[in-house]
Amino acid sequence: MNELIKKAASLLEANEVQVVIGYGLVSTKRPQVIFVTTPADCEQLMFDSRCIQNLAVYLTKEEVKKLGKPAIIAPLPVLRSIVQLAAENQLTEADLVVLGIDPDGKSVEFGSLEAIESFLSDHKIVIEEKYLKKIEEIRNMPVSERFSYWVELLEPCFKCYACRAACPLCYCNRCTVENNQPQWIPVASHPQGNLEWHVMRAMHLAGRCTDCEACYHACPLGIPIHLLNKCLLQDLSENFGDYGPKATKPNMLSSFDPNDKESFIW
Amino acid sequence: MEITDMSNPNIYIPYQMRIEKITPEAPGVKTFRLKFIDEQDAAAFTFKAGQFGEYSIFGVGESTFCIASSPTRKGYIECTFRQVGKVTSALASAEEGDIVGFRGPYGNTFPIDEWKGKNLLFIAGGIALPPMRCVIWNCLDLRENFKDITIIYGARSVDDLVYKQELEEWKNRPDVKLVTTVDPGGETPDWKGEIGFVPYVVEKVAPSAENTIAIVCGPPVMIKFTFPVLEKLEFAPGNIYTTLENRMKCGFGKCGRCNVGELYVCKDGPVFSYEQLKLLPEEY
Amino acid sequence: MVVMRTENYSIKKPSIEKLFDNLAERGKTIYAPKNNGERVLFQKIKNFGEMAGDYLVTANSAKEVVFPRYEKVFSYKKTEDGILIDDPADIPFPEVVLWGSRPCDAAAFIPLTNIFEQDYTDNLYSNRRKNLLVLSFSCDTCDEFCFCTSVNGGPGNTAGSDILFTKLSTGDFLAEIITEKGKKVVEENPSLFEASPTEEKEGNLAKVETRFNQDEIQAKLHELFEDPLWAEKSRACLGCGSCVFVCPVCSCFDIQDEAHGSHGTRLRCWDSCGFSLFTLHASGHNPRPDQGARWRQRILHKFRYMPDKSKVAGCVGCGRCSRSCPAGINILDTVTAL
Repeated sequence: MNELIKKAASLLEANEVQVVIGYGLVSTKRPQVIFVTTPADCEQLMFDSRCIQNLAVYLTKEEVKKLGKPAIIAPLPVLRSIVQLAAENQLTEADLVVLGIDPDGKSVEFGSLEAIESFLSDHKIVIEEKYLKKIEEIRNMPVSERFSYWVELLEPCFKCYACRAACPLCYCNRCTVENNQPQWIPVASHPQGNLEWHVMRAMHLAGRCTDCEACYHACPLGIPIHLLNKCLLQDLSENFGDYGPKATKPNMLSSFDPNDKESFIW
Repeated sequence: MEITDMSNPNIYIPYQMRIEKITPEAPGVKTFRLKFIDEQDAAAFTFKAGQFGEYSIFGVGESTFCIASSPTRKGYIECTFRQVGKVTSALASAEEGDIVGFRGPYGNTFPIDEWKGKNLLFIAGGIALPPMRCVIWNCLDLRENFKDITIIYGARSVDDLVYKQELEEWKNRPDVKLVTTVDPGGETPDWKGEIGFVPYVVEKVAPSAENTIAIVCGPPVMIKFTFPVLEKLEFAPGNIYTTLENRMKCGFGKCGRCNVGELYVCKDGPVFSYEQLKLLPEEY
Repeated sequence: MVVMRTENYSIKKPSIEKLFDNLAERGKTIYAPKNNGERVLFQKIKNFGEMAGDYLVTANSAKEVVFPRYEKVFSYKKTEDGILIDDPADIPFPEVVLWGSRPCDAAAFIPLTNIFEQDYTDNLYSNRRKNLLVLSFSCDTCDEFCFCTSVNGGPGNTAGSDILFTKLSTGDFLAEIITEKGKKVVEENPSLFEASPTEEKEGNLAKVETRFNQDEIQAKLHELFEDPLWAEKSRACLGCGSCVFVCPVCSCFDIQDEAHGSHGTRLRCWDSCGFSLFTLHASGHNPRPDQGARWRQRILHKFRYMPDKSKVAGCVGCGRCSRSCPAGINILDTVTAL
């Protein structure tokens, strides 16, 4: 981490970046997201297993972009999000400096998106065994049971939209739920409203989600909403190939390849 | 044992009103004349100038407009609105005879009693004439209580002037001085009124500040430029009144959204004096 | 409500469970802390065994018992003769028991009642509040997020509760009967309540460090409207409703219509001042256009506007907002920086 702190400080010193987005232990044992703007304050940066927020969400936020060019502390989930954001034209290489951290905690410097992609190809997305088991279990349920399963799982949800807020790929200026002509998704958090919200969000993320689990960690009620995303991730990888993200390859569900499977259509 | 206290009415349930008359005012702007379906409601209903209500189409939602008719005229209320969103679109599609919900009256009122014996200067812009219309007619219906009455009203273009019928009436009254203006570029070849933004016209034609109350209503940007003009003309902030708009939902100070600093526009307003506004942050 | 002199009793641990069973048997709906995945949430339970064991405070607040996340304010039916409206207050509200609230949860009912009963009485709230029995338990531990003692609260505070139970070193509980409703519980379960214990309550309560002076903060907030700290402290804020929805006091709401053909309902739903659309005008103008302005509104509303108006702050110091924030923002960082 010291290496990263030194690097961050020198970037700020040379005014190559104007802000470093990272994690800090500000006042409690729970890491917070911090925005460091002076070299001296880089001492506050830290990283350990408690740092679960996906910082890439701040790369598309106006209040942060106003500060200038950022350097961003980037553990694996953040790296994946950065590549996906680039694939969707939300940022370019020149917009930021990536201060990577590998799964062993060592700092890795990336000069280009290509370099990040190549690094990520050695750290592919893997859905954990316990989730694969659950996905299989759900697949084997008859439709009505599966429907009840999801409705019950989502029952405590009160639509705070923390999942949306924490997801780096939910960057729409006006979310679908914020439209009322027509009101596509009801505002109230009744079973129908909850289901429609989570299913819609999962569908909008299908093929783009990088399994960072930020949505799950953001949920104040601890609802495993990421299970829905993982189900879709698994479906997509089985039908269309690898789990994401690639800066140069178009999104799975917004592109067509003549070799795509069609077995599920007829 | 369950307690069900019915001493208070359900504050969310609206009166049911029938649309008696629809008057198109300007592109996208209509006036509804509404009558209470229940005669007891009609008899019991009172309100004062400055108050507003929540008007709704059942199944679509509620929208906040002032009561644009004067309390001196019994038996109906009127509202004027512009079609901008979901609820106003549904209202705009309604026909005479349809049912509209109305919750109100909410808010505070213009202190008309305190204005007795004074000159009145009404300044309004665009779609903000409706809240003023209520207090203008209220004062005109009690004409003998006041000295000179001047009305300065402007809109973006000739087409956008609302209450065209009323403007004619006011123009033709000898006891009212009416000045209308349109923004530069909004005039038609036969336009005989002023040309210029409202604050500019105010500076040009406003009467003396002595013993005069100014009542201003318009979009935030117009209000912000008109206040300094009035101050320059030596109007005391305590003699300048306005009615504010803000995003409102409940109308009775509970939903938490319309506050400007510590005051709720729906409960402590919408009528504020400039003196009061100076103490508040610009959160409107 | 007539203020009663608190009466003290002792109640044995097995009698606490018996009390629960008695209430459940009488058909009351009981909300209590229940394990739900990794969190403990206030949820409806039927058996004592469903209750969560060790926990400090639930992830969600108890406000749902008086202020549900969505509530029908009326339903309507369009007919040939006009529109028929059904008032939900016509149907009696069920008697609800809130079991296991902490003193901070119970204290929240006071600002909530101020909001819903001031000037215009919201009888949906009122009826639910009147039919609610609050049985709270004192705190013998706290964590670094708690700050009830800074907002006129405390780990053994009785405000808002009908009965407050405090676990004593003997394993038995002190039962403080605060209100007439609480007294009725004792009258209906006489065998469970015994003579007042001799052990002091204080020694069995958590020590909650005071982090700031509420009056000083209230005064300071009259000056700091344009301060740059609002933008700085809210930079990490993602504009979700997490803090607002888990807060026991937050009560901002939206009104939405849901139509199903010729009939439908008007609902009151939870809303958050942190949402970007909260104050957006139809014209596109937004008086609070950035997150800094919205964060400032939250703090000002809780720590200045509400106590200025009704002497009670809009915060009970439970710390849920800070624990639940996805970005890790801690409300104390802002308040202590003022």
